[in-house]
Amino acid sequence: MKSVIAKHLIKTYRNGEVKALDDLSLDVEEGTVLSVLGPNGAGKTTTVRILATLLSPDSGNATVGGIDVVKNPEKVREIIGLSGQYAAVDETLTGWDNLVMFSRLYHLGKQASINRTNELLERFSLTESARRPIKTYSGGMRRRLDLAASLIVRPKVLFLDEPTTGLDPRGRQEMWGVIEELVKDGVTLLLTTQYLEEADQLADEIAVIDHGKVIARGTSDVLKKQVGGERLEVVVESAHIKTTMDIVAKVSGDKVSLDEALRQISAPVSTGATALIEVLRALDVAGIHPLDVGLKRPSLDDVFMSLTGHVAEEIVAAPEAGKKKGRK
Amino acid sequence: MKNAISDALVITKRQLLQLARVPEVLIFSTIQPVMFVLLFRYVFGGSISTGQPGGYVQLLMPGIFVQTVAFTLAATASGLAEDMGKGLIDRFRSLPISRSALVVGRTLGDSLLNIVVLAVMGIAGYVVGWRPTSGLPKVLLAFLFLLLFGYALSWTGIFAGLSARDARVVQNMSFMITFPLTFLSNAFAPTTGMPRALQYFAEWNPVSTMVAACRELFGVENQFGATAGSFPSENPLAMSLIYMVLIMAIFVPLSVRKYKNSSK
Repeated sequence: MKSVIAKHLIKTYRNGEVKALDDLSLDVEEGTVLSVLGPNGAGKTTTVRILATLLSPDSGNATVGGIDVVKNPEKVREIIGLSGQYAAVDETLTGWDNLVMFSRLYHLGKQASINRTNELLERFSLTESARRPIKTYSGGMRRRLDLAASLIVRPKVLFLDEPTTGLDPRGRQEMWGVIEELVKDGVTLLLTTQYLEEADQLADEIAVIDHGKVIARGTSDVLKKQVGGERLEVVVESAHIKTTMDIVAKVSGDKVSLDEALRQISAPVSTGATALIEVLRALDVAGIHPLDVGLKRPSLDDVFMSLTGHVAEEIVAAPEAGKKKGRK
Repeated sequence: MKNAISDALVITKRQLLQLARVPEVLIFSTIQPVMFVLLFRYVFGGSISTGQPGGYVQLLMPGIFVQTVAFTLAATASGLAEDMGKGLIDRFRSLPISRSALVVGRTLGDSLLNIVVLAVMGIAGYVVGWRPTSGLPKVLLAFLFLLLFGYALSWTGIFAGLSARDARVVQNMSFMITFPLTFLSNAFAPTTGMPRALQYFAEWNPVSTMVAACRELFGVENQFGATAGSFPSENPLAMSLIYMVLIMAIFVPLSVRKYKNSSK
């Protein structure tokens, strides 16, 4: 059964000048995770806002848990959880205050609100900071509290709009762990992200959107095949280029390319870090010290490049950008 | 319906908790009007001849009460604008609560805050010589009117806050509007000293009719210039009530609609 169905959604802003959604359709199978992947301005947030009843589409229709979001928004609100791009909690209040307040607004009784609050604080490792104002929380802690607030009534469908945007790598790892736990519990999740890595890690299926349309859909393996896997890149002194190319070719077993200006040798690899170690060992044996070496994972940029032939506009650098080498 | 009320009360409680977590807000929002009482009482009090028994402070206190109540709408507006900016309004709108809960809860919270502030000011006024002569029931009635006026005005603050994009901007804007409105009135100086054209504005100003109504209820005589003998000067209480009803009739539906359709 499909928990979320969106059909032919169209949404324009500023009297039709800006087309946020241009005939967007998608669906999420019950108990699975769909990741909506796209650059800023692709229509991710608009999609979530429509499905979460915060915004009406100009045309098209959508159901969540079988309920029409336009005709019956009140009913939809009872079964969804929403955690936005910005941690939407009251910063003046403590974590405890916030969760009790939201529990009360979900119409839990006084004692039930307190019990649920304690449960959620425990589960999201926030018990120790429960009595501190949110203002003093780290970015990751805020997001976790925000997520906790969206889970108070154990929603059937959860919407997470860019849950890790703006978090440092540690915060992202923590958030991923928390989301993976939720998925294990069987929640139906629609998650938006700008990071292919994130979609890969968390989603059963990925819908890539651009300019308000779904331009590709499938499991991450399928998409990656379309994009190509990881590439190994080595930069060496001019004198060592030839030897290095031989070494890389042997490990990769695929076509090796050379950027002479950069003295950069690259080749697709399927074994990731293992391939990297093999190359480094071989270089060491040959007495060659690489100037730079790294693995380049396919990024959202690459997905866009291969799917649309154009670079994702307004793309935001991923936090792990430092690990990537080169441009394309 | 029962849920609508209890939801609103949860929002009111949130506002009270905010005050408890940052008590400075409450302290400063009471110190400021008390400071006004002292400044006006001792700076202008000596040089404005009133012909009133008990002196300028008798005229001043109703004026300052109304001004203070009017000023709270800036806090309402900036609070709402901040909630908008932080995405908190989105979260409230995604909850299964009544569409009016947030705004009604907020206006109730503002009223509670007004009760505290008015009480502190009343005490401060008493200390510097304010003595209403009309008896307790009328004095209490005056305070009730002040609260109602504050309640009506806080709906304008809600609307402004939900329409704004930035909390600081809307706070400054609210002051830009309420400041001249409270001074272009009979609150601090008799309107009879203003240019005649301005007297019409000042005397029809809801702030003036409220001040005049409170003065009546505290047992102080009002002075009117250009509009003497007309409806607002003869019936300041009724006129103030009409204003309140008008304000609410316009801004309650506007605010609720704005909240329903608000999107960051």
